[in-house]
Amino acid sequence: MADSSAATAAHGHPADPAHGHPADPAHGHPADATKRDFLTLVAAAGAAIGTAAIAWPLIDALNPSKDVLALSSVDVDLTPIAVGSGIVVSWQGKPIFVRHRTDAEIKEAEDVKQSDLIDPATDASRVKSGHDQWIILIGICTHLGCIPLGNKPSDPRGEWGGWFCPCHGSQYDTSGRVRHGPAPANLPVPPYAFESDTKIKVG
Amino acid sequence: MAGMQKSEFENPVINWIDTRLPIFTMMQKEYGVFPTPRNFNYFWNFGALAMVNLMIMIVTGIVLAMFYQPNTSLAFDSVQHIMRDVNYGWLIRYVHQNGASMFFIVTYIHIFRGLYYGSYKAPRELLWILGVVIMLLMMATAFMGYVLPWGQMSYWGATVITNLFSAFPWIGPKIVTLLWGGFSVDQPTLNRFFSLHYLLPFVLVGVIFLHIAALHITGSNNPLGIDVKTPQDTLPFHPYYTIKDSVGICVFLIVFSGFVFFAPNFLGDPNNFIPANPLQTPADIVPEWYFLPYYAILRSVPNKLLGVCLMFASILVLFVLPWLDTSKVRSARFRPIFRQIIWVWLLSVVVLGLCGAHKPEGVWVILSRIATLYYFFHFLVILPVLGKLERTLPLPESISQSVTGGRGGGPFPSGATAKPMEKA
Repeated sequence: MADSSAATAAHGHPADPAHGHPADPAHGHPADATKRDFLTLVAAAGAAIGTAAIAWPLIDALNPSKDVLALSSVDVDLTPIAVGSGIVVSWQGKPIFVRHRTDAEIKEAEDVKQSDLIDPATDASRVKSGHDQWIILIGICTHLGCIPLGNKPSDPRGEWGGWFCPCHGSQYDTSGRVRHGPAPANLPVPPYAFESDTKIKVG
Repeated sequence: MAGMQKSEFENPVINWIDTRLPIFTMMQKEYGVFPTPRNFNYFWNFGALAMVNLMIMIVTGIVLAMFYQPNTSLAFDSVQHIMRDVNYGWLIRYVHQNGASMFFIVTYIHIFRGLYYGSYKAPRELLWILGVVIMLLMMATAFMGYVLPWGQMSYWGATVITNLFSAFPWIGPKIVTLLWGGFSVDQPTLNRFFSLHYLLPFVLVGVIFLHIAALHITGSNNPLGIDVKTPQDTLPFHPYYTIKDSVGICVFLIVFSGFVFFAPNFLGDPNNFIPANPLQTPADIVPEWYFLPYYAILRSVPNKLLGVCLMFASILVLFVLPWLDTSKVRSARFRPIFRQIIWVWLLSVVVLGLCGAHKPEGVWVILSRIATLYYFFHFLVILPVLGKLERTLPLPESISQSVTGGRGGGPFPSGATAKPMEKA
């Protein structure tokens, strides 16, 4: 740029037919500005795309790594769990409730009218067929994340005999469905399967 | 600088900030309108490249530090975890690893520019000295960084180099024990190296700030080595050198990407894929390529203490270079003997590098002794003597006179006369 203008200056501003206007870049002729605008736009766009391309891997590296994402599984032996009682196991850093329901508890859970429920769901949809005495739930209150009480028979279980959250008073029934707020949703059911009648694999 | 000045900026938000903390005015002055010699060649890109490189190293290093475990039983595996499990971990690690090599390539060329064009001469002596301090900090940081993956070469390189200090009489072994925090390179050593490796880059940022501040007081040198005499000798830094630096950065990134994506382990040592084993020394202990010349000097003499002293001396001699070179002429362009002799010196450094990569036996020992001798001969004999005896070529009257072929006048492109630029 500097040399060409110096050269044209030395030759006394000749008209430049190729561009169809007098070549006088020293004064920034408006027609020249269009090409410069284009180049500025392309350069800025390139820089923006480059920045994004560089920033993304650095941010994505902070997302869970592959070993964290790989679903871990936990095997649970059901034989020591007495009828009417339940245990807590850890899976992916979360508490999992495994409760051995009494016949009365199963009947209570099945007989509920869907319209009575805050978050309607049938008991059948929350257990494995043929194993409905076992209810397996993620033990995190759907309100603000405390762990509800109710696994031991001596724990407070609330009006519906399931679980009671001491933090803000949410109550769940024997199918883990929310019956009294402030929790908005049922205790979620994790992915699990029966390996045998006495062993489950969670996750 | 005391007292509030009225800010010149039109934008009300920028004006508000600038009145209270004149960072925008400062940026405008130091990187916007700053009068820069108009005749820079591409050798002058390398300081900016080093700055960009340092930022890349800091960003990638901080992210790596989120996953790295500085424990001798976990370190090697944590690096593999980064390579295999962390999203883009392989990319961040390779950028950091090859970024270290790029940092030395860029810095060595930057230093060579200084040597060739006499940028170390008055009034830039302190600028040069700060630069040597920067180089030492870089070397310390790189050395400690290489230990962290805890491979065979990490461990044994650390052992060899920390053991150097035992050469000093009486206090030597005490120093080594202090460095190790124990009786060999082990957990305490690894932990403190990790802490210092995280720290030193920020010390580097501080020294670089001083380096650039010193530069902005004296102004830049230029390929002719003559002082700026009038504003016609200069261009405003923006847009001329911001754009030129952008071009340089693109070329730098292309070369960098070539290594990262197509040959990420080309400059590395295969031994570092083996976890550190304190009970087995590898057949060849070799530092990374950027330390090879110093390694060769260290091993060139059979005496342990003399080898250590010579190795340190090879860098310390740079501190006094401004006083060793007696020539009144800065740039090699006008020093016909010096401009050939300096390439011989560069050759001696390359030969030293090659010697450093080989076992110190046979022809390699002889070569390393000759090259070491020549290295010191250049600084301690040639430069002082040549400055007095050399007949230099006549210097041009001014930069603009040499660039515009003696016309001296004529219209200049808008913005090329270092007027302060209006800023929105």
